[in-house]
Amino acid sequence: MADAITAEIFDHLVELAALELQPAEAEYLRAQLNSQLNAIRELEAMEVDPGIGITSHGVPYTPAISAVPRADVASPSDLADAILKQAPELDGRYLVVPDIPHTDLT
Amino acid sequence: MTAPLCDLPAMEIASRVRAGTVRAEAVLDSALERIRLVEGRAPSLEPYTPMPEDRQKVHAFITLTEERARAQAQGVDQSVAAGRDPGPLAGVPLAVKDIFCVQGTRSTAASRILANFIAPYTATPVARLEAAGAVTLGKVNLDEFTFGSSNESTAFRPPPGNPWDPRRVPGGSSGGSAAAVAAGEAVLSLGTDTAGSIRQPAAFCGVVGMKPTYGRVSRYGLIAFASSLDCPGPVSRTVTDAALMLRVMAGADEHDTTAAVMPVPDYLAGLEDGVRGLRIGLSPDYFRLTYPDPETGELHAQPITPEIEQAVRQAAERLARNGAEIVEGVPMPNTHLGIPAYFVISRVEAASNLHRYDGIKYGYRFPGPVADLRELYRKSRAAGFGLQPKLRILMGMYVSAEQYEKGYYQRALRVRTLIRRDFEQAFDPKGKHRLDALLSATTPTTAFELDAVYGDSVLMQYADLLTVPADHAGVPGLSIPGGLDAQGLPIGLQLLGPDFSEATLLRIGRTYERETEGEAWRKARPKVLRG
Repeated sequence: MADAITAEIFDHLVELAALELQPAEAEYLRAQLNSQLNAIRELEAMEVDPGIGITSHGVPYTPAISAVPRADVASPSDLADAILKQAPELDGRYLVVPDIPHTDLT
Repeated sequence: MTAPLCDLPAMEIASRVRAGTVRAEAVLDSALERIRLVEGRAPSLEPYTPMPEDRQKVHAFITLTEERARAQAQGVDQSVAAGRDPGPLAGVPLAVKDIFCVQGTRSTAASRILANFIAPYTATPVARLEAAGAVTLGKVNLDEFTFGSSNESTAFRPPPGNPWDPRRVPGGSSGGSAAAVAAGEAVLSLGTDTAGSIRQPAAFCGVVGMKPTYGRVSRYGLIAFASSLDCPGPVSRTVTDAALMLRVMAGADEHDTTAAVMPVPDYLAGLEDGVRGLRIGLSPDYFRLTYPDPETGELHAQPITPEIEQAVRQAAERLARNGAEIVEGVPMPNTHLGIPAYFVISRVEAASNLHRYDGIKYGYRFPGPVADLRELYRKSRAAGFGLQPKLRILMGMYVSAEQYEKGYYQRALRVRTLIRRDFEQAFDPKGKHRLDALLSATTPTTAFELDAVYGDSVLMQYADLLTVPADHAGVPGLSIPGGLDAQGLPIGLQLLGPDFSEATLLRIGRTYERETEGEAWRKARPKVLRG
């Protein structure tokens, strides 16, 4: 059976996923993806009544069990320093990033 | 000889600590002594060369926070001495799956990309357990970002071994949790279940594991995998301890709007009330496996392991002798669609959740020169993620792409409706079957050997065949030990019930536990604890 995910489609997915793969990794992952697609072919092939709604999570969120959204009020947090401390590269309290790909319009 | 303190149930430990007859520090020392005895070399990111002695040890802990634990234990002892209430889990040693944030400690998700991440805040379930007096020993191993059913995809190796036979896997993804509790390194563990990640390792390691109803326990501070499926829940050695732990953790949380505002019942209150009058179902769809051929996609069916089927049927007979009504032949026709639908839904959600790891805000950043921001993303993610996250991201991108989304993602969400309907019909109080619970095996097999399945992502996923339907449907599930197979490996029994029926499931589980207390297999000990 021909692979649904060709090398070309695979390379596109890798680009979308912001990944970079070694050749051996790429070979393994593409084979696994095609094998997983075989496993879900059943899903693609079965008749599903279009009247059946989607379930985005199992338990229905009725008003009785749902939290009321809290008031949209800003409150101070003392976590800012601890959060900044996790950044790999800082300049003062700014996160450092390399050049952002862009096109000059002028 | 008296049992070491770390082998006592949480109820007993808390009761003695609260009464002042045992100090929390003595309980902690007992757990640390056990860890030294069975743990073996610590899992790390270093290049891994398996050694023969690795397969005699447990390797559950990625991070031990001994000083923090000692301070907590001393705090509990001081409360007792001062006459203050130290809480219902006073002095109970707890191991937290390393997918939860604990303030000031490393929270890795068993991934290189988060290996140095120090959580700035504590997850709600952990905060509640600690407020109740639990003493957190550290963070335990899991499949990377919870992606797996054997714990072999962790970036921190050696991977954990099953205490009943360390050449075998403890299951996953909460493998470190189940292994630590089975080996007495911890008395309780906090796990998560997305497709069976609490129940399957609990079954493999001969302990109790509960996936509560989706929304019963807050997900705040849980590093997300599939947000519509993830459920934190207890791992323990007794049903009573699972009830105690769930009672502490469950309930509304202002930090998680998906945490249900339903009042939390006292799960301990009716625990000893027995099963008289309860209707417990058996389904033929849980006694056979339907799975696709990896090459052709053609469906094959085969029965679950006969010893496991026999354990389920014997449990049903035992519950019947205690007054439960056993309802046979309950159709659950969409069970076999659970894995295919999961392959789609969980990957789409995982790909979305994993986009946050970019080498900028926190976590691993590629240290070499890069041309621009995109290249930094690619190089950081390439080196930071292992194979399983990469595979899930790629699959998620594919099945949610515009041209395939209707055929896969939307269809999977409709199939999820069908799976939910199976449960609604089985549990409908006005329906044909009117079940209080469905009884099944937790897993189709007992624990498999390391390297036996790992690498084949399809076969591995099918280890969750009997557990994943409850995750799709959101309903609660409990796995309890149900005997040993001919090789001396634990068999797990699963109980599934309607939304928020945890109290009933725990009551059934406790009845079975009480009725089998005298049996020989209850006295068997995991291999790592035999002299």
